[in-house]
Amino acid sequence: MNRRDFLRLMALGAFSIVVPAELLPAGGTPGKRWAMTIDLRACSNGCTDCIEACHRIHNVPDIPDGNRRIRWIWTSPFEALFPEQPDYRRDLKGRSVMALCNHCENPPCVPVCPVKATFKRDDGIVMMDYHRCIGCRYCMAACPYGARSFNWQDPRPFIHAIDKDYPTRTKGVVEKCSFCEERLAKNLIPACVEACKEKGLAFGDLNEERSQVRLLLASRQAMQRKAHLGTKPKVFYLL
Amino acid sequence: MRDKILILAIIIAVLAGLAVPFFYSKIAGGTAPVLAPPPGGEKQCVEPVEYMRKHHVDLLIQWRDARVREGVLKYVASDGKGYTISLSSTCLGCHSNKADFCDRCHNYLRVNPRCFDCHVIPAKGGAAK
Repeated sequence: MNRRDFLRLMALGAFSIVVPAELLPAGGTPGKRWAMTIDLRACSNGCTDCIEACHRIHNVPDIPDGNRRIRWIWTSPFEALFPEQPDYRRDLKGRSVMALCNHCENPPCVPVCPVKATFKRDDGIVMMDYHRCIGCRYCMAACPYGARSFNWQDPRPFIHAIDKDYPTRTKGVVEKCSFCEERLAKNLIPACVEACKEKGLAFGDLNEERSQVRLLLASRQAMQRKAHLGTKPKVFYLL
Repeated sequence: MRDKILILAIIIAVLAGLAVPFFYSKIAGGTAPVLAPPPGGEKQCVEPVEYMRKHHVDLLIQWRDARVREGVLKYVASDGKGYTISLSSTCLGCHSNKADFCDRCHNYLRVNPRCFDCHVIPAKGGAAK
């Protein structure tokens, strides 16, 4: 082989460089970065409209056994969601605060999944492909927010009325909030945001300067759950 | 070599036994199931019938990956017609007689696809089941 052939082969070989998976399209509208704000002032104790709306349209089962329950969106006491907050926020102690998947910029659940069932879309939504989930629950161990639930049993007997426009899940898969990607695809806002009578929830594109979430984040003091972990949550709590 | 005939008979019997699967269906009278056409009278599936018969699984897998992983909502068929990617609405929208169409062949072939462990079968009349 002469030098010219060698150089030709080297140039051909350059085409075989593997493209990293992060550079390939992974669903959603590129350029969007969906985020949610939760107004702690507006959210009133005892109201569960957002939870009911979400769980109804996504066929989330109502399982009484606490060890087996499934939840996409739920409420917890303030100090349980924000354990690192100092006691001068005592006014918020005991307040029941809404929580859901944070759709982190840097989601710890994604790299641990051995089958890539959990993945981050181009619009920032951390989504699950239930077809691929093998039920290993690494993602549940990795998620610092408890946003994921595992189906220990067939969920269908625990769904009051199955919504035919959305699949159920099956025994042996993990599930979580999807930021209503199926509604975003139809230009609708997430069901929880729509259901909130107090207008305590807002949803929008962080990349758009005039979006509702950007305006709220510019005017109000906001915090994220366990921000020190570096997961960069995209659910913001307005004080 | 006195047992020549006996040995030959045994060999033939064993070979015949091994060949049972090749002529079993002819003897037992197993015939391919007759599938019921869509009750709505649709004549055209997403792709030509011959392709669908052989490759509906491939198309479903293609739809699944396009919808879930790439966020694609529409499928453009080879004849240029667009279809919403949805098993429950688009496929079962025409083939609402799942028991007489999908199940009849799957049962005959003893294949057990698990699509409907999660995907919802729309009940006749449009109400959720």
